[in-house]
Amino acid sequence: MITTLPPLLTGCVALLCAWVLVGLAGLLRPGSVRFAGRTLFTLGAVLGLGLAVLAGASLLSGGTERLILPLGLPNLPVHLRLDPLSSLFLFLLGASSFGISVFAGGYFRQGEGTLPGLLCLQYHLFLASMGGVLLANDAYGFLVAWEVMTLSSYFLVTTQHRIPEIRRAGFLYLLMAHVGALCLLLCFGVLQGGSWLFTFHAMRAAHLSPGWAAVAFLLALIGFGAKAGLVPLHVWLPDAHPAAPSPVSALMSGVMLKTAVYGMLRVGLDLLGRPLWWWGLAPLILGLLTIFYGVVFAAVQTDMKRLLAYSSIENMGLVFAGIGLTIVFAGSGMPAVAALALLATLYHCLNHSFMKSLLFLGTGSVLHATGERNLGRLGGLIHRMPWVAWLTLIGTLAIAGLPPLNGFVSEWLLLQSFLFAGQLPHAFVNLLIPMGMALVVLGAALAGYVMVKFYGIIFLGQPRETSLAHAHDCGRLERIGLLWLALGCLALGLFPLQVVHALGAVTGQLVGAAVPQASAHWWLLAPVPGRSVSYGPLVFLTATAAVVLLTVFVVRLIYRQRVRRGPAWDCGFGAATARMQDTAEGFGQPIRHLFQPFFEIERELPEPADRTPRYRIAIRERIWRLAYEPLARAVGRLANAAARIQQGRISVYLLYSFVTLLVLLAVALIS
Amino acid sequence: MKPVDWITQVLEMAAALAAAPVFLGWLNQCRAWLQNRRAPSLWLPYRNLHKLFHKEAVIAENASPLFRIAPYVVFGAMVLAAGIIPSMGTRLPLVVSADAIALVGLFAAARMFMTLAAMDVGTAFGTLGARREMMVGFLAEPALLMVIFVASLISSSTALPVITAHLASGHVGLSPSLAFSAVAFILVLLAENARIPVDNPATHLELTMIHEAMVLEYSARHLALMEWAAQLKLFNYVCIGFALFFPWGVATGHIGPAGLLVAIPALAVKLAAAGLGLAVIETVSAKMRVMRIPEFLGTAFLFAVLGLLVHVLLKA
Repeated sequence: MITTLPPLLTGCVALLCAWVLVGLAGLLRPGSVRFAGRTLFTLGAVLGLGLAVLAGASLLSGGTERLILPLGLPNLPVHLRLDPLSSLFLFLLGASSFGISVFAGGYFRQGEGTLPGLLCLQYHLFLASMGGVLLANDAYGFLVAWEVMTLSSYFLVTTQHRIPEIRRAGFLYLLMAHVGALCLLLCFGVLQGGSWLFTFHAMRAAHLSPGWAAVAFLLALIGFGAKAGLVPLHVWLPDAHPAAPSPVSALMSGVMLKTAVYGMLRVGLDLLGRPLWWWGLAPLILGLLTIFYGVVFAAVQTDMKRLLAYSSIENMGLVFAGIGLTIVFAGSGMPAVAALALLATLYHCLNHSFMKSLLFLGTGSVLHATGERNLGRLGGLIHRMPWVAWLTLIGTLAIAGLPPLNGFVSEWLLLQSFLFAGQLPHAFVNLLIPMGMALVVLGAALAGYVMVKFYGIIFLGQPRETSLAHAHDCGRLERIGLLWLALGCLALGLFPLQVVHALGAVTGQLVGAAVPQASAHWWLLAPVPGRSVSYGPLVFLTATAAVVLLTVFVVRLIYRQRVRRGPAWDCGFGAATARMQDTAEGFGQPIRHLFQPFFEIERELPEPADRTPRYRIAIRERIWRLAYEPLARAVGRLANAAARIQQGRISVYLLYSFVTLLVLLAVALIS
Repeated sequence: MKPVDWITQVLEMAAALAAAPVFLGWLNQCRAWLQNRRAPSLWLPYRNLHKLFHKEAVIAENASPLFRIAPYVVFGAMVLAAGIIPSMGTRLPLVVSADAIALVGLFAAARMFMTLAAMDVGTAFGTLGARREMMVGFLAEPALLMVIFVASLISSSTALPVITAHLASGHVGLSPSLAFSAVAFILVLLAENARIPVDNPATHLELTMIHEAMVLEYSARHLALMEWAAQLKLFNYVCIGFALFFPWGVATGHIGPAGLLVAIPALAVKLAAAGLGLAVIETVSAKMRVMRIPEFLGTAFLFAVLGLLVHVLLKA
């Protein structure tokens, strides 16, 4: 037994256990920021790096390792498995958590709600449980890890539990997470297919009728969709993600949402075997709706972290649209194109993990330096916080999908797979796909709008408040964390062929086809089977840099005049103040105007003669009034009706028991 | 790729650099004639650039380094874009690394840097221009991409030279899907280059301007680069139009002196006709209100999507 321990999997499990230990160590001196905050978080970061190395090695080897641990209930050992799919997501967890944990080491301070030592325990439990979700090879282990993940993140969200809104956000998160978890429970119940064996191995072997398989797929879509923030199950996300401290927001948006993607891929493409093509339509259509919905709402937000949360919703829409497309292609007997779509999906997961973590951490630094989350009170921080500003700029450009950074690569791959839609054997879908492509492209362009708003209002322009003059740049540990994630964005953008190579094992495992390497050059990405299209970000960057440098050189050569600093011109208008710049509301105005039917807008307009005019505008989602509030009322009514049989007197309850016994006896006698 | 292809590559970029100001001059001349004005010189844009390159630059006190980098990035992006679009020959080495989607991405990058630079000084006009530019951009960019996708579905590639070579090969007439996308493309071209129904390049009236509002704070060499980049952008868009809808006269093989003898006059004739056509459009239409622009561009987007649907339905 001991001699046959699988090395990589054992290493991963050991690292997860070490995370838990690091968390527990936080309880030794719970009040000390120096010990719990600095030392332990940095230690946890190193463990994350180790996990990324092990998972990366497993991904490159493409092998599968299994392990059975005799833990838990008798006769129910924990099954673990490390295959290419889990390796990829473990790598994502390890690599982005390294940056986030290092940043967190410099971030947490005294007096921010929960004690640092307790935060340390919750944080590392959260990390370890995500690892557990990715390694579990049976439904019990998966669901236990899933629940630990939900609960630990709930406590992290409610770090500042003295604020009522944050408690409310936490409750909503817990509620939605459990609606999702119930669906997953039912889903695994369907998947075991009458064998009553809950290992994933048995589920793969079970033969489900197409009807039951579709039910299982739908349950998985609801369960994992609720975690991923798929419209209409997204309502918790824009409240919960911003409520948490910034490193936790980064972890939730960057990594936790990806565990939902992992689960969807595991159930939809692995446990269910060969999917039918029309199942893919549900994630595809929901994903497309989510893209559009998320990005439109992101454009009108005034809170910087809420804006990023809506942007996460949009990106998860992109990922689920990719999953849907993969299933449509895989079910229609086009494995090579399915592999391309899956590649785009996985690539986007990696990208989003780095970009969104970077942006959330950037907002964390801004929040610490200024104490402001409202975009309308920030501005001009590029002068005060150059490190944060320039590193965040990389994330901003990446998430806006600009070449040669990483966001562009996954969008490029996704569009290339959309372009194959004309070859599908289903006429109806053929018509649907161009519309989908239009939505993806529109979403990408709107993401650019959102990011210009995000970056321009926080970091550029003049400071909108006088207090911003005291803003300071972030500390050394925070810089390292931001730098790591920014370098990740660059590397994923510049070396796509190497990433695609590594992802080949996953596409091979899930859809049975690796993406063919049509290109002979290491710098050129040409993954489209049978078509002469290619993309070479390194050449692209070199050419751009060459042209720009040549321009600088030539301009220096011919330009003999000096450069003078002066007051801003502003069309000669001398009395301009910082308050005349666009606020967040102002910058989002065109979108608000255009997509008015989507929003529920509440305006507070000043009277004409008002001496101290105040203008306020609040935007809510219509979905609250249309769906969630009626639902909540209905649940309340049901609960009230049920409360009628609760009298609070012991004799009445004894009567209930007696009647129940009589009924059961009658049933037993009759049958 | 042979050395001769690299020569073509550099030649195309140099030609774009040289021809872009003249093209704008020609467009202004045509407009002046149609409006019964005395036409300015064809070389006026050149003189303007020359003048700007020899002036003292004034930069706002609170401008960040981003403000000074942006003109070079925007200009560089436009020059590179000129090297990706097959205006004279289709054998371009750079195209292997950047297809049409990357080209649209390049335009988006230029736009992003321009709007960020506009917000950098923190004046009301700058942010106003940036906001309006992004409003134009978020509809124009997808419309352009959809237009390109129609052509790429027809020719099974997103690489522009492959598309051009396929469309120029003759067995593709003007298909209905391309006709739809041509209409969409013209609308996008007008909006993206700040031409008349969307923006007025001749005005400094604050309430209506978009492009001018963004470059207000620039002076001297930075302004020159921004202006030149705008001229290049117009040139590039017109050349994309040629590549998709009028791909005649473009050399498809290794370009030689004989190929150049055909390609250069063909491009010149097409540019002259395009300038005249744009001048006619700008003369007969009036500037629209800012909040009508999304309708205008929404129409373009829908036309492009219709083109795609028509292609899927009719396979034509």
